[in-house]
Amino acid sequence: MHKLLSDNPGQKMLLLGNEAIARGAIEAGIAFGSTYPGTPSSEISLALFQISHESDLYFEYSTNEKVALEVAAGAANSGVRTMCMMKHVGLNVAADPLMTLAYVGVTAGLVIVVADDPFMFSSQNEQDSRYYGKLSGLSILEPSTVEEAKEMIPYAFDLSEKLKEPVIFRTTTRINHSTGIVELKQIPQRVVKGTFIKDPMRCVTVPAVSRKLHAKLLENIKKAEAIADSSAYNFTDGDGSWGIVCNGVSYSYVTDAVKDLGIEEKVKILRIGFSHPMPAALVKQFIKGCRKILVVEEGEPYMEEMIKVFDQEEKLNVPIHGKGDDLFSRLYEFNPAQVRQNIATYFDVPHTAPAMTDLSDVPEIPQRPPNLCAGCSHRATFYAIKQAAKGMDVIHPTDIGCYTLGFLPPMAMGDFVICMGSSVSSACGFSQATDQKVIAFIGDSTFFHSGISGLVNAVFNNHNFTLVILDNGTTAMTGHQPNPGVVMENFNLSGNGRISIEALVRAMGVQHVSLIKPYKLKKSIAAIKEALDYKGVSVVIAQETCTLFAKSLKQLKPRAFYVSDKCKNHRECITTFTCPAFSLKDEKPVIDPDTCVGCAVCAQICPENAILPLKK
Amino acid sequence: MDTTRLIIVAVGGQGNLLASKVLGEAALLSDIPVKMSEIHGMAQRGGVVESAIVFGDAQSTIISDGEADVLVGFEPSETLRALNKCNPDTVVITNTAPLPPFTVGLGIGVYPEIDVIEQQIKNKTARLVSFDGIDLAKKAGNVMSLNIVLLGALIQSDILPLTPESIKKAIETTTKKAFVKTNLEAFQLGFEAAKRT
Repeated sequence: MHKLLSDNPGQKMLLLGNEAIARGAIEAGIAFGSTYPGTPSSEISLALFQISHESDLYFEYSTNEKVALEVAAGAANSGVRTMCMMKHVGLNVAADPLMTLAYVGVTAGLVIVVADDPFMFSSQNEQDSRYYGKLSGLSILEPSTVEEAKEMIPYAFDLSEKLKEPVIFRTTTRINHSTGIVELKQIPQRVVKGTFIKDPMRCVTVPAVSRKLHAKLLENIKKAEAIADSSAYNFTDGDGSWGIVCNGVSYSYVTDAVKDLGIEEKVKILRIGFSHPMPAALVKQFIKGCRKILVVEEGEPYMEEMIKVFDQEEKLNVPIHGKGDDLFSRLYEFNPAQVRQNIATYFDVPHTAPAMTDLSDVPEIPQRPPNLCAGCSHRATFYAIKQAAKGMDVIHPTDIGCYTLGFLPPMAMGDFVICMGSSVSSACGFSQATDQKVIAFIGDSTFFHSGISGLVNAVFNNHNFTLVILDNGTTAMTGHQPNPGVVMENFNLSGNGRISIEALVRAMGVQHVSLIKPYKLKKSIAAIKEALDYKGVSVVIAQETCTLFAKSLKQLKPRAFYVSDKCKNHRECITTFTCPAFSLKDEKPVIDPDTCVGCAVCAQICPENAILPLKK
Repeated sequence: MDTTRLIIVAVGGQGNLLASKVLGEAALLSDIPVKMSEIHGMAQRGGVVESAIVFGDAQSTIISDGEADVLVGFEPSETLRALNKCNPDTVVITNTAPLPPFTVGLGIGVYPEIDVIEQQIKNKTARLVSFDGIDLAKKAGNVMSLNIVLLGALIQSDILPLTPESIKKAIETTTKKAFVKTNLEAFQLGFEAAKRT
């Protein structure tokens, strides 16, 4: 049985934040889940995916976040409790349904989990998704700890049903990927089927209907504000006159700092866990009791600006600060020492930061950037393209996935990436606006996510570039989730449809389509050359299962290679191919047999044919 | 209860996350408050993986620069890189068998000598426990048990509020059944090695 299905109330369990959120959803009785995976949210959906195999919970990996939210909107309007999860930039993709679903609402609880990533540990931006609350009018809840994340999810569902609209549950990486001890509660019976009751004056957003719905939404915001004012998730600690307002993980840093500085008697903390709409009455009351206020929030000055508005409305004139050159930054994540220092500075508390170790004489340590895995077929494809495009001035628009790492030297094949699917559409712009050769990259899952519409555009507008679809049979970057092109039997599942990328691309009207097996270097280079010669849109589909995935499925029986004494130390293998199985020993290339998977591409590159399979 | 802050650094694939999990489960078994934070991101792609584990009453799950009480490094150059987390009172435990990054092969960097690494750490911290953990993991029966070897040394240092018994129990409940015997042996070998240094 999945550990998150343990029906043992009172049991204490060590859970990752994302597991705690999934367990919270189970304790809320959700019967429907949809997602597109994205770090740092991915383990929530992984848990629900696994649970769906052994329970009556329905879960799906949808094609993208917009689709996932629309799927969820249908389910939640049929009376079934539904959770939809994504990373922060995923909510941009889902922003279109979000804005009008806020008008239409739901008939059963719908919680949209959005995982922000301050510092961009694994993201292309660090947008603050709390502004989606203001933009859409929907309520936002934000936990401060792993334990609270679990408790807050059932509350979010109740709130959603009270307001009859979706609720946004916003986390940051340090909630998703922190681990804590949580106490399990009861698992209720799931309601897995409902009924859609026709209600065109609510559900069909023609202008005349939407005009009424917008007014209803504004009424709902007032209702939500009243709930926020008395919510147990907006609370105060202490009763001093130095005010600190904080949210999310900052609350933990503030609590520790106030204790470390010994100023518990002087401080009053307002922790905001229900952050849209801001609890105006509660905040105004709080301001009145403070001599000055410090706002501690990662990201944008979302609360700070609102608190200043409340202060102005009441003409209180209490000094309120948060973001600023000498205080908190809008950049990156916070840490406990920084919060402690800024509290000490702002309230003029004597504090000497602990002495730091002098590291000035530490020798330079070689960098350890992430690298494509040993045997990764993307590396082979990049290498083949480099050979085929020798001498050309090439622009490589690339996309979001493991293959983004191709931008690193020595491949240096990745020149432009802004969001999922942008490789294909930006290639249209590059090819039209320059005379440079354009070769774009996109993975299989990203192609289904949002590459298809770009490719349709390219064919329709008759652009001139080559799109390389790196089809490794899974969504590798986020931990090997399925996508519409994969073999579902690899996940021990059957009954799904399967979309052939080749058939799809041909049906779109692409005239030059070729399939390559990237481990076969010569054939691949020849096929790519032909594609590059074609005037118009050409597509190369590079098919090879992700090595890590193949290993986990036990489909790969590695047969390691070694560098024989024929080696004349050209080091082509190391300097142009950079497979992590290679290193230098006594100034000569060697292959680590435990890392090598036997793809044999290096053996095809070696000018001396010195790389040979180890005898079994 | 007093707070003890532990940082573990490793290269993706060295089993850092499992080591953290064993410590967390041992704390849970012993009724000791514990909070952990980790950066997964590109872990499987050979990057650096860092875990922060906070025992005691503190609420924060991450550890600021200079505030680790103990640093455990699975790879010597990564241990050196993480010295910014240490202060003059920090105890450092490191494996000495290197795993040079691919940038060294490309000639982009030079891997420091192991005795230079050890001397640097000794000069800047309270105590260094260092030994070839790969060698001991192989002795235990599986090179992948390096993580548990280092846990053995960590527990021997007696900085964490955890007993060897609680760790052994957590190894039994948390690691794969087929590896429990190897892991218990690895734990013991690491424990003994730390006694000798």
